[in-house]
Amino acid sequence: MKAFAPIAVVIALLAVVPLIVHSNVTLNFLVVALMIALAGQGWNVLGGYGGQYSFGHAAFFGTGTYVTAILQVRYGVNAWVAFGLGIAAGAALGALIGGLTFRSGLRGSYFALVTLAFAEVLRILASVAPITGAGVGTLIKLDLHAQALQFQSRAAFYWVILALVALALVITRLIERSRFGAWLTAVRENEDAARALGVDATTVKLAAMVVSGAITAAAGCFYVQYFLFVDSGIAYGTWISIEALLTPIIGGAGTVFGPLLGALVVKSLGEAAQMVAGDAPGLDLVVYGAVLILVIGFTPRGLIGGLDELRKRLRRAEPRPVAQEASHG
Amino acid sequence: MLSPTILIPAVLNGLLTGAVYALVALGLTLIYGVLHIINFAHGALLTAAMFAAYFAFHVLGIDPYIAVFIVAPAFFALGYGLQRFVIGPASHGDDRNMLLVTLGLAVVIENVLLFAFRGDTRTIDVPYTFQSIDIGFTFLAVPRLVGFGAVFVVALTLWLIMGFTDTGRAIRAVAKEKLGAQLAGIDVAHIYAVTFGLGTACIAIAACLLIPTYYVNPSAGDAFVLVAFTIVVLGGMGSVPGALIGGLVIGVVESLSSLFLGESLGQIGIFLIFIVVLLVRPQGLFGAKA
Repeated sequence: MKAFAPIAVVIALLAVVPLIVHSNVTLNFLVVALMIALAGQGWNVLGGYGGQYSFGHAAFFGTGTYVTAILQVRYGVNAWVAFGLGIAAGAALGALIGGLTFRSGLRGSYFALVTLAFAEVLRILASVAPITGAGVGTLIKLDLHAQALQFQSRAAFYWVILALVALALVITRLIERSRFGAWLTAVRENEDAARALGVDATTVKLAAMVVSGAITAAAGCFYVQYFLFVDSGIAYGTWISIEALLTPIIGGAGTVFGPLLGALVVKSLGEAAQMVAGDAPGLDLVVYGAVLILVIGFTPRGLIGGLDELRKRLRRAEPRPVAQEASHG
Repeated sequence: MLSPTILIPAVLNGLLTGAVYALVALGLTLIYGVLHIINFAHGALLTAAMFAAYFAFHVLGIDPYIAVFIVAPAFFALGYGLQRFVIGPASHGDDRNMLLVTLGLAVVIENVLLFAFRGDTRTIDVPYTFQSIDIGFTFLAVPRLVGFGAVFVVALTLWLIMGFTDTGRAIRAVAKEKLGAQLAGIDVAHIYAVTFGLGTACIAIAACLLIPTYYVNPSAGDAFVLVAFTIVVLGGMGSVPGALIGGLVIGVVESLSSLFLGESLGQIGIFLIFIVVLLVRPQGLFGAKA
């Protein structure tokens, strides 16, 4: 149980925030940050633990949004059910893309490229297909009832996304502690060596991609319930592919809390940049890109890795009175 | 429907467009061949070069075909500096980090341009924008013919540099065997930066060739770079003839598929080729087995 205590503490602390803070602007900021953290947690399972850097996680996010929206709007499916099916669709897409790419042995730059291409193909298809509303997009009817997964207060939305993030944290921790997690990190560190030791690298990567797709799709499902609108640029746009990889890399890829920390830091910086820039577009993204380069340059293991390093250095610098006395005596 | 009077001009125009695609792809494949990473900042740098060519004409009144002699060396220096002082040091020699750093650069460059120039689309007016020549059965636009010729001049120049200069030999040595080259006294960091500079200069030339007939806005380069990815994958990563032939093929495919399927679905044709080639033959048509 000890392994899950930090998660419980962090989630409990975050859960009381709406009881103290009543500002809608702040809550909205936190809801978006948590949603990005969830998308990033999905990326983290595959990229952080498995070392497979996807540049097209928008494919999963967008599929989650569209499946949730279209099932409700066109087929009258209950929102909660549609939400679940959206997540399942993300997992299925993960199996499809993973099956195709890993079976052909695509790694590194090639894997990054092919994921990017899948996201782009889906974006173009969504921008012309009638079922997605093509260029107009899909609008979910306002219906502020819990059974429609829509809430009057931001706090309720906040707790929903927090619960999803909590679940993703627990799943990540479970993976980390499992044999599957050990195989996954072995593949990340040296795929050929892992294969030589009998790890079925293709299946391990495929399973990671399914989990990854499901978690990132969940962020998309939430997006559309929260904003009630989606079009092809939002769903499959590069913005979400970039934010999904930015948050774990900046926070600490291959750590449980990396994406959450990364999302809070990145979103705060973006907000600050937007405040400085006023209504001029682009400055927040300039900050994101610059922070990404700086983090890779100076603490390649992300902020969590950086803090770890700092703590170790401080401990080393501390004088050790007992040892010193012993050596003097 | 398949009347030759429609088909042949479509193929010819596809070849002319494809040549410029090939030039963008040439820069990409050159960098991949030596550094073994895909430069995700390629599109953003192309956009930046298009802005440079735009302002050279708009502010200084320099014709894009003259400006190429200023913009290309400037972008060589920019590319050299980026690799030497940003990408190289920041990525600690790890390929995955290098990918991320180029992605970070792309985000920074694109959004600095957006911040500085807003989303407006700009074009320039040169006397030859709409000039075309009659070749009997169809008309060909003069700026695109110039572009077509220039691409082959650039490819020839690159081939000469690679084959007959010491720097070219050093680049080939580093591409083949990095450690061995280093032991032979070659400064690998310098060669990496020179290669990155050459790749960046290629897109600067492409930008100057494009600007008379194309528009520029902060995401103008994106359309080309996705096509360029397809070309290098089709032609084989790191293969220069592959990039040239791949560029021409993709130009024709795009021209024909937008003729039959319409503009937006025409793009899908390219991506499908891209995904199929990656899945079935990732080493490309001309690349060596990975």
